[in-house]
Amino acid sequence: MWHIGRTNSPLPGFRLTLGYSVLYLSLIVLLPLAALLAKASAASWSEFWRIALDPRAVASYRLTLGAALAGALINAVFGFVVAWTLVRYSFPGRRLLDAIVDLPFAMPTAISGIALTAIYARTGWIGQWLEPLGIPVAFTPLGITIALTFIGLPFVVRTLQPPLQELEVELEQAAASLGASRWQTFCRVLLPTLLPPLLTGFALAFARALGEYGSVVFISGNMPMKTEITSLLIIVKLEQYDYTGAAVIATVMLGASFAILLGINGLQWWFNQRHRAGA
Amino acid sequence: MKRTPTDMPPVAATHVRENDPRWVRATLIAITVLFLGIFLALPLASIFTEALRKGIGVYLASFRQPDAYAAIRLTLLVSAIAVPLNVVFGLAAAWAIARFRFCGRNVLLTLIDLPFAVSPVISGLIYVLLFGLHGWLGPWLNEHDLQVIFAVPGIVLATLFVTFPFVARELIPLMEEQGSEEELAARVLGASGWQIFWRITLPNVRWGLLYGVILCNARAMGEFGAVSVVSGHIRGLTNTVPLHVEILYNEYNFVAAFAVASLLALLALVTLGLKTAVEWKVRRDRAESAASREGSTP
Repeated sequence: MWHIGRTNSPLPGFRLTLGYSVLYLSLIVLLPLAALLAKASAASWSEFWRIALDPRAVASYRLTLGAALAGALINAVFGFVVAWTLVRYSFPGRRLLDAIVDLPFAMPTAISGIALTAIYARTGWIGQWLEPLGIPVAFTPLGITIALTFIGLPFVVRTLQPPLQELEVELEQAAASLGASRWQTFCRVLLPTLLPPLLTGFALAFARALGEYGSVVFISGNMPMKTEITSLLIIVKLEQYDYTGAAVIATVMLGASFAILLGINGLQWWFNQRHRAGA
Repeated sequence: MKRTPTDMPPVAATHVRENDPRWVRATLIAITVLFLGIFLALPLASIFTEALRKGIGVYLASFRQPDAYAAIRLTLLVSAIAVPLNVVFGLAAAWAIARFRFCGRNVLLTLIDLPFAVSPVISGLIYVLLFGLHGWLGPWLNEHDLQVIFAVPGIVLATLFVTFPFVARELIPLMEEQGSEEELAARVLGASGWQIFWRITLPNVRWGLLYGVILCNARAMGEFGAVSVVSGHIRGLTNTVPLHVEILYNEYNFVAAFAVASLLALLALVTLGLKTAVEWKVRRDRAESAASREGSTP
């Protein structure tokens, strides 16, 4: 491990707590993840790419990426409106609405999945109106997008709320006193400040949607090449005892998640730099 | 990933600014209510409607199945093991990270967040690759007649993994913010490490800890993807409540599926209620302490 020397704090328990934390982290998180990478690298280079770029796998990446992107975009637009309304306006029911924004976090994903399927199925509350219009939702990519929108919503709203609260009244007043209209103030003064957290929330929602499983499998229909997301493809491979195949696809997915995570950290770094330069 | 929505959102009522024109306000409020209504309230309502479709008698009968009973017991058992283990880890990690400066501290912080970035399915898969028959430890376990995958230990491990960061990431920022002055004072006065921990640190972080435990427990009881990979779906033995719901649903036994699901929906509502209550309590305490500080320094 890293150099574990005494630090300058006179408090006791450093070796014990750090030792235990590192041991527990290694056993629960690092060792199993290492097993995944080992299994994936057991495949030869050409074998790895043959599995990773198999048409069925590529179709699943395309579907997962597309639906996750669409869901995150819907959340960026409506999440912005929701956060703006919840922070800046007072109206009856505001606190209740604010509390239920976290529902997608609190609700087990499988339960969200069957509830959404019930609503958007042909006989469901919303499905029965969309079906005659020629817009089937359940068991189509549109249904997957709806499930991924549900799951990503709190990320955008909760990331935007703190910066919206910190917006300075003086800034808006100054813009107004200089003759800017409300719309100009919004576009030129408020939006540039809110853009970095909006992007962060968008990226967090997107990252979460990429790996989502429980809320999607019920509404997606799970047809290979058509409505099969990447998470499900991993399970299919496991059920066929194709451990190497599952490990390879999982490694590709893990790589994508980490790349997005790195991007989010970069975004926040950029945001902080700008923030500091502006202050 | 320093700030994600599991951190306490500092929502307060003092930021209301109603200087937008009335029609803009009305439109945005309408969009918010509609969007949250369709995407959040409707799914919640549909669970209870579907569950009660055939009356309260059929609803209650769904819980009297031995399989449902076994699933509830297993879910309670798994979270009773996973939550305390992650609480102990969270406290240890917060003590080490928030009270000491050491080389590799930032690496450790990033690694603690790692499970949140891993898809639930992959969180289950890694244990299959480690403990399964074709995995690293599988042959050894098999020789000694131990079973991890498709058994309760695997379900506990997968749950530990997906709930790993909850408590730690609540406690670390909180303890950093509070600083160690009180603990150092106790040390100077001759208190032992355990005395400092039980009498000062733990009481100081109790609300943050409770908040982390609430979120950790909700996820532990509701986890689906990771548990589904390692469970093997053996009825009455390795089915947790979410897995039991899936089986009922796939058998077209919709009323029973939604009835059992309504238990978890209730758990989600209780979680949201407790979470909001803790947030309000913490905010009020903070406002009070800020007010008393201002009052004491003229």
